Amino acid sequence: MKLKALQNFSYLGLIYLFFYIPIIILIVYSFNNTQYSLLWHGFTWRWYAELFSDSDLWISTWHSFFLGIASATASAFVGLLAAVSLYRYRFTGRSFLNGLVFILILSPEIVTGASLLILFTFLHLELGFISLLLAHVSFCIPFVIVTIYSRLVSFDKNIFEAAKDLGANDYVIFIRIILPLLWPAIFAGWLLSFTLSLDDVIISYFVAGPEFQILPLQIYSMVRSGIKPEINALCSVLFCLTLTLIVLSQLALRKKA
Amino acid sequence: MRHDSRFKAFSLSLIWLWMFLFALLPFCLVIMASFMGHSESTLIEMQPSLANYKQLNNAIYIRIFEKSFLIAGISTLICLLLGYPFAYIIARMQSRWKSFLLLLVIIPFWTSSLIRSYALIAIIKAKGILSSILISFGLIDHPLSILFTNYAVMIGLVYNLLPFMILPIMTNVERLDERLIDAARDLGANRFTTFRKIIIPLTMPGIIAGSILVFLPAMTIFYIPDILGGAKSILLGNLIQNQFLIAQNWPMGSAFSTVLTIVLATLILVYLWVSRGSKKREWI
Repeated sequence: MKLKALQNFSYLGLIYLFFYIPIIILIVYSFNNTQYSLLWHGFTWRWYAELFSDSDLWISTWHSFFLGIASATASAFVGLLAAVSLYRYRFTGRSFLNGLVFILILSPEIVTGASLLILFTFLHLELGFISLLLAHVSFCIPFVIVTIYSRLVSFDKNIFEAAKDLGANDYVIFIRIILPLLWPAIFAGWLLSFTLSLDDVIISYFVAGPEFQILPLQIYSMVRSGIKPEINALCSVLFCLTLTLIVLSQLALRKKA
Repeated sequence: MRHDSRFKAFSLSLIWLWMFLFALLPFCLVIMASFMGHSESTLIEMQPSLANYKQLNNAIYIRIFEKSFLIAGISTLICLLLGYPFAYIIARMQSRWKSFLLLLVIIPFWTSSLIRSYALIAIIKAKGILSSILISFGLIDHPLSILFTNYAVMIGLVYNLLPFMILPIMTNVERLDERLIDAARDLGANRFTTFRKIIIPLTMPGIIAGSILVFLPAMTIFYIPDILGGAKSILLGNLIQNQFLIAQNWPMGSAFSTVLTIVLATLILVYLWVSRGSKKREWI
């Protein structure tokens, strides 16, 4: 029995190693004092210094964060209304909408990107911040709907009946009952959208314009044009940032539970 | 009462408007564009024809389609073989570390996949870590030259998509009724028979959901072949991206997208058909 447990743990360990080795390597090499060699040439902060003085990169980081916050907020709003409507109302096309959400989650990003590019050209919308925002909100909404809907299903429906009996209309029920109960799910949906938006390459690649450079596309072009230790530094910073965000959100969730 | 219907009307019209404008309309435009012509001066020429679809019947395109299917298929299979035992062990674990171990799977998946694929280069390049380790163990004598080949693309795809395989299988295994396994063992089935006849069929929805979640993106993540693959590693995703953004032949790109969507939709329908037995619709 002991042997089997050992086997299991070593298997898990190997897979985790596979997941984490590239990240560890990046972090180690971001401190390596050499441009090309894989050998260790001593510790340096040089790449971080170069990274922090690269103003282009900072502008696109700021653009990405701004876009992420804006699209997460908008998709949380639309997704919230959609999830609540799907949960509370029986309307024509409800099952169609349900299926559409499912299809949109599964549909390949490249088709979404291409179709939005055609749409924006058709509407004579200039590619830039607005097109990116609309595209990101569109692909985030289904994920928000699913996150919030799965939370709504666990509610006791009698709460709404009670509120109705006491004279509340739909708007009051939404503000006074649904919103306070749903905050964690709305936040989860918001965070999911924010990460999706921050990380998206494929759809952004189609609908981005030259005026509004965002971080994933900038990284993409840096990666394509060649290996620079500066990218290692950037990746390490981003990884530590994500890790901090995850740990913080886990702590926040644990406190609530 | 009037307030009531106003709230409902506002929500519903907002959602429908959004879905129509940014989901249904663009897709209809793709289908329409796929039947149009193309010329140097205009992106889309308004002359309906089947020319784009006829062009699909071209040896180069067919090879790319086949290769995309093959590479995506092999990657999916590797993900399944690596991910199933992993998901199974974690799901059956009776430990307080379980949720932490699950979180460890998700953390890398919240970091930019572009960055992580780039990091893979350091491992698999000729004088990289993988070769050095294998040489020092005496398993190979020459450095492996897998970077910029289809193998590198597959490693990149497996690396990026493995969590998508693990998570659905894990939820499925967790719901597995322990008593069924005990019953099979009581009735004389050995471990292998139990696995084949009880565990696999019961976790089939998870296996299929995971396979779809790996297979679909594997065909279309164009940046992984771009970073890790060589000049010959053109997959369907690269082809579509190329038609739209480099060749500027939107109608042709639309035709590829339409065919891709039809193929993938068929796969999803198969999934729904297989998992129709389970009562609750599984939101992934």
